[in-house]
Amino acid sequence: MSFMAAKKTSHNMQNKLNSGDAQGLESRFAFKAALNHVYKWYAAAFLAFVLALAVLEQFGLSRQWIGLIFLLATIGLYAGIGIMCRTTDAAEYYVAGRRVPAVYNGMATGADWMSAASFIGLAGTLYLTGYSGLAFIMGWTGGYCLVAFFLAPYLRKFGQFTIPDFLGERYGGHIPRLLGVIAAIFCSFTYVVAQIYGVGIITARLTGVAFELGIFLGLGGILLCSFLGGMRAVTWTQVTQYLVLIVAYLLPVVWLSVKQTGVPVPQAIYGYQLQKVTAREKELSLDPKELEVQQIFKQRASDLAAKLLDPSAALLADRVRATKVLSELKATDAPLSSIYAADRALTNLPKTTDAALKGWMLEKAEADAKSRPLNGMPPHAQQFAGDPAGDVSARDEFDVSRRNFLALVFCLMVGTAALPHILIRYYTVPSVKEARQSVTWSLLFIVLLYITAPALAVLVKYEVFTLVVGTPFDQLPDWITAWNKVDPNLLSVVDVNHDGLLQLNELSIGGDVIMLAAPAIGGLPYVVSGLVAAGGLAAALSTADGLLLTIASSLSHDVYYKMIDPNASTARRVTLSKVLLLVVALGAAYVASHKPADILFLVSAAFSFAAAAFFPALTLGIFWKRATGIAASLGMVAGLGTTLYYMALTQPWMRSLFKVTQPIELWWGIQPISAGVFGVPVGFAVIILFSLLTRRPDPAVQDLVEYVRYPSLTGPAKHPH
Amino acid sequence: MHANSHRQAYWRKNIRLIGILMLIWFGVTFGMSYYARELSFDFFGWPFSFWMAAQGSPLVYVAIIAFYARSLERLDVVHGCEENES
Repeated sequence: MSFMAAKKTSHNMQNKLNSGDAQGLESRFAFKAALNHVYKWYAAAFLAFVLALAVLEQFGLSRQWIGLIFLLATIGLYAGIGIMCRTTDAAEYYVAGRRVPAVYNGMATGADWMSAASFIGLAGTLYLTGYSGLAFIMGWTGGYCLVAFFLAPYLRKFGQFTIPDFLGERYGGHIPRLLGVIAAIFCSFTYVVAQIYGVGIITARLTGVAFELGIFLGLGGILLCSFLGGMRAVTWTQVTQYLVLIVAYLLPVVWLSVKQTGVPVPQAIYGYQLQKVTAREKELSLDPKELEVQQIFKQRASDLAAKLLDPSAALLADRVRATKVLSELKATDAPLSSIYAADRALTNLPKTTDAALKGWMLEKAEADAKSRPLNGMPPHAQQFAGDPAGDVSARDEFDVSRRNFLALVFCLMVGTAALPHILIRYYTVPSVKEARQSVTWSLLFIVLLYITAPALAVLVKYEVFTLVVGTPFDQLPDWITAWNKVDPNLLSVVDVNHDGLLQLNELSIGGDVIMLAAPAIGGLPYVVSGLVAAGGLAAALSTADGLLLTIASSLSHDVYYKMIDPNASTARRVTLSKVLLLVVALGAAYVASHKPADILFLVSAAFSFAAAAFFPALTLGIFWKRATGIAASLGMVAGLGTTLYYMALTQPWMRSLFKVTQPIELWWGIQPISAGVFGVPVGFAVIILFSLLTRRPDPAVQDLVEYVRYPSLTGPAKHPH
Repeated sequence: MHANSHRQAYWRKNIRLIGILMLIWFGVTFGMSYYARELSFDFFGWPFSFWMAAQGSPLVYVAIIAFYARSLERLDVVHGCEENES
């Protein structure tokens, strides 16, 4: 009801804005007041909904039903907003009519930005890698400084619809625009596949439906929302999704903090828990039982290494041994169960040498990790690997590890400031001033989650190291057995040294468990687990919405309207955009349903690609009038090319894709994920060099740059709205 | 002519402000991280550089972009570069 009221106000306001009515600002305030009203009611209703479910749980509502209600209620809500906000107007569809207040755009950007990886994966990465994982925290927040200083206000002043739009207008001709479209689609598509994959996993976990069905359920929610209402619907949905995901993230962490320390502000207090974790790490690394387990894994690793030397002979020996065991058991009339077990062992042996090789290499990697102290994890608070005061190899290890940390931070930051689905959000605010404020709000809302994630990692680590390790196997906490049942790949325990007690190296834990199991670790009722899953779903859906819209707009606006048919009517463009959105979404769902193994690498690589392709051309376009179109096109190609080339040389999956066989040679020890550290400077250098070699841009282009720089100028750029 | 020189001053000040804030950004991000091992004195339980990477630098980033937004609003007014909003 009140949502409709807000919409009506907004419609009046749009007319006023267009006619330059003096009441424009006033009605903008009225619109914001109406929004505040709507979202206050929404927040209250959401809390009441969660509380009602909590009460019903006490009365015996089953877990399956709680999950299903959460899923249907949230997806229904998002779809409802989509239906209410349906539109065929181009400015509404592409940029939400440019009247989203700074605070709300901040929340929408927060949800747009924080993906399933941030919500579910980040705390796990921090748990497993300690300090080096903090590169993600710094990278994914510090990038907003670049957005605020170099891009957002100027793109808003430019005031068109997409990022390739800016490249096309600033640099002239179709080539820069087309390169922009290609890079935008390339980065966004890999990202959207990962989100839909996440949607499938969460839906499956929440309700028990099959993974593929989960994908298509989630897809329904995404499509109903962005298909009908475009950016307008996506914006207001993202605001609701932000509220769901932030409550879902903070609640279990605050609870865990109260349980462990008595203080409800985990971000301020976990330093002391970190101290205890560090002290416990020292104890564990000297514990004789731990050393015993490590020794067993070391033995396994060296056995596997021997097998790997001559895999076909080893496989044959295994088969002979298993056959012999089986026939002996049969001959001695052993109980049926052990005969079956021996039979299964024989049939489970790898069929081919290749399969054996693959399996053994995986097993060996695992055994290698587990033969190291602390289950292969570095001490949590230790900055970088190696030792600057040690011998040559330790010093070298330290230098390389530090260099990679800095390079990763750089790529994530520049990549953040170059991802099109984030940048287009700043087209949707009413003014340059609000664009600047909006970046601050965005980062504030994002930081709220990002400074909580390291706290969660440490609190869970404290719980595992002090309460779980050393417990007899028959007294392990419930959450361990529960998650082991859900998926042994996520969490498993094996009593390797048969002492009846759990050692740290006997526990295998996947990163995603840390966040998903946090409510259970804190001893919260199941309804909170449902809430956390709904939060993860909100994070994945909101990011997927933004990405799909970016891809569809690039294709319909930049390729079709600007390059193929400049006379196309607005309605036709919007309709085309909707069709394309559907096609891209189905394509992404199809790819995701095949569970691509290297999707995580591709997502992290997207940052390096976006950084190298967009950042130099965009910033130089605004800050250097001399930058020319030819140079920008060459720079984008060179930046992307360098990044791709380095990855093709060094990343295992890319190497197999491009059939690279020469041995891996890292440049200065930089990991392939940070290839952008080469691509970005190359992009800048090429644009600067070739700009100086080519003719100065036309006065019209220089006027455009002036127009973008000064908020007061009314200038050359065409103003559709 | 007058508006033009005002605009040049506006842009110059904008660039200088961005330069100063980027220096802070660089120092917090890369400077602090480079010397992370050396900066591990105790800070309310955390090693200082751990706290900086996990909590401190994100908060500094928020502070500097909030400061930038406010400064530019003022600069807009001083140099007559506010946009024509209504």
